[in-house]
Amino acid sequence: MTAVIEAQGLGKQYGRRWALSDCTLDIPAGRVVGLVGPNGAGKTTLLHLTVGLLAPTSGSIEVLGGRPAANPAQLAKVGFVAQDSPTYAGLRVADHLKLGARLNPGWDAALARDRIERLGLDPARRAGQLSGGQRAQLALTLGIAKRPELLILDEPVAALDPLARREFLQGLMEATAEHELSVVLSSHLVSDLERACDYLIVLVDSRVRVAGEVEELLATHHRLSGPRRDPARLPAGQHVVAASHTDRQTTLIVRTDAPIHDPAWTVSRLSLEDLVLAYMGKSTHTDHNGRNHRPTLEVQR
Amino acid sequence: MEPWMIEFHLDGRSGLSPYLQLVRQVRQALRLGLLREGDQLPTVKEVVAGLAINPNTVLKAYRELEHEGLVAARPGVGTFVTATLADASLAAHGPLRQELRRWLAKARRAGLDEESIEALFMTTFRTAAEEDIA
Amino acid sequence: MIWLTWRQFRAAAAMMAAALAALAAILALTGPGLAHDYSTGIAACTQSGCSDFVRHFFNDHQGPFLAVTAVVLVLPALIGLFWGAPLITRELEAGTHQLVWNQSITRTRWLAVKLALTGVAAMTAAGLGSLAVTWWSSPIDKTATNFPKMGPLLFDTRGIVPIAYAAFAFALGVTVGMLVRRTLPAMAITLAVFVAIQIAMPLLVRPHLLPPTRSTIEITTSNLDDFTMGPDHRIRVSAKPADTGAWVLSSHTVDASGHAIDSIPPSPSLSPSSRACAPQQGLSPCLAEVTRLGYRQQVTYQPSSRFWPFQWYETGIYTALTLGLAGLCFWRIRRRLS
Repeated sequence: MTAVIEAQGLGKQYGRRWALSDCTLDIPAGRVVGLVGPNGAGKTTLLHLTVGLLAPTSGSIEVLGGRPAANPAQLAKVGFVAQDSPTYAGLRVADHLKLGARLNPGWDAALARDRIERLGLDPARRAGQLSGGQRAQLALTLGIAKRPELLILDEPVAALDPLARREFLQGLMEATAEHELSVVLSSHLVSDLERACDYLIVLVDSRVRVAGEVEELLATHHRLSGPRRDPARLPAGQHVVAASHTDRQTTLIVRTDAPIHDPAWTVSRLSLEDLVLAYMGKSTHTDHNGRNHRPTLEVQR
Repeated sequence: MEPWMIEFHLDGRSGLSPYLQLVRQVRQALRLGLLREGDQLPTVKEVVAGLAINPNTVLKAYRELEHEGLVAARPGVGTFVTATLADASLAAHGPLRQELRRWLAKARRAGLDEESIEALFMTTFRTAAEEDIA
Repeated sequence: MIWLTWRQFRAAAAMMAAALAALAAILALTGPGLAHDYSTGIAACTQSGCSDFVRHFFNDHQGPFLAVTAVVLVLPALIGLFWGAPLITRELEAGTHQLVWNQSITRTRWLAVKLALTGVAAMTAAGLGSLAVTWWSSPIDKTATNFPKMGPLLFDTRGIVPIAYAAFAFALGVTVGMLVRRTLPAMAITLAVFVAIQIAMPLLVRPHLLPPTRSTIEITTSNLDDFTMGPDHRIRVSAKPADTGAWVLSSHTVDASGHAIDSIPPSPSLSPSSRACAPQQGLSPCLAEVTRLGYRQQVTYQPSSRFWPFQWYETGIYTALTLGLAGLCFWRIRRRLS
């Protein structure tokens, strides 16, 4: 299986601050990848490195086998919808389509026209007069109609009302199904991504905390609750991701490949949101030597 | 636009993974007679456009149904229903309902209240369902 | 990309075209009449009356002269400010660079088309403006005794240098915009730098493009510039070279042995009571006496015959600067600013 995005030790530094550090990813093709993290975690930096708007300070990144934005052929393979769906306020919708047609040899004019018509966008309307949801749909149309292999979206629905949000995601998923796209979608809300994503990357404080197929992550992570216990005394195969205690009770989020046999635990499934929160949480636990652990894990395939 | 016989919905809080929910909804529709032999299931594109879910989820659900012998995929055309569930189950309803009544009486005699009975039933049911599929 | 550049540039081009058309219309309507007035006036005037005619002619038309000169002077700066600075900053501020730089076109090509097309438009606008004004104002220029052809004001606003200024101002605007990334600060900095360079050029560079001519001339009434006799009977005098269009770089009176002096010291033959310099006689005998005593005016100037060579030299310098800035832009845009 070819990888759409391969990053090795990727990092980006601004002055003294590292916006992204030590990022290693191997994302397979044909997935809808959700990139989650709090604001300022480095999501936009990572996506800009992927489309070639930024150059790495350290490490390397390869997208669809090539260096990002290296040449027109590479640019044609990757579609990008930036944060806030920027469009030319003074240009009409039809002008934007013409822009796409003139600047992209692979432009599918019929697809673009058809999509605009189905969305009910007036081609003569200037982009500055469109609503937020409509501008997002226009930006998405521009990204899709150039027939890329990979589509990257930076928080595309963050500023949209719930209806516009739903319509956008519906349109995106439909296009994904129809054109067999790989998609990378970032958000600071898990609920936007839960339905659509089958691959997850959690980015916190400029580092990747977890990256893997959603199904596998949900199958290997469990919530254990039971009487108060020291997390360090768990069996070897069980890695603690997050822990919280009351006087009498301990609740752990663990990652393990093996079944859990200890009858003292009540084992329950996690939702994707729970999983993400566990990795984003600041909860730490101390082992019997009194050292603080901040577990960061990657799912190996 | 063809009117599909079945319209899917997702319950975010049901605890069941999305593809399982789709499988169940098809089975339920078959049981109730909403879907008959020869009917076409909505295309992947239609389901995805309606629910904004991952196409692979739909593909997986349809593959599962095919594996159970309920539907068959015709390449280039669509996915069609090949069997029904209606008949087999109806006949068994009567005796099953009686057995269930007896069990409920036993549970009440043992001292369980309404909520405990429901909790006991749901947890056993879920665990058994997961073991079945795994 | 050509279509996109035009589409984004359309409104600005239309405004410029309208303004130039208006200017051209006014100049076309008044130009022939002006030339006619001048030629008939010059043909009709007698020797002494000609200086009067020249003076009157210039005073009558001083307003429009200064106005059109100001237009050509300001045009390159406006181009740099409104066409150059926002070229990239507008995209950065609106975020549309994230849209257009993801199309199947490299940033280098994007910049190349934008620079080339808008740059050519800038040069054309400046060229048309300068051409029209140079043609219209030529009668007045001949009578503008205080504004020599080689002097900074007329040199900067006639001929072909405005084209080079416009190209340079445009390239400067784009470069500053790329470095500063915000429109208003970029415009301010572009204006400041451009003005500084426009002042520095005639001050520091132009005087030395070719070695200036230095000559020592006799002071007569025909080339007299200024004559004052102070209460101490010292005479301050200055003269201009015969070439009325020349750009005088320095001018001072020298005595018989060649030393530069501020003013001629009083002497018996040069006092108000002397035969030569009595006030009611006119200046001619007094100046003859000054000359007889050995006083001359030493002037350093660039003759007006060098107008076109200098225009080409300066165009070359600004072209080199423009190409250098353009190169800087291309290098910088490949570095992925964001």
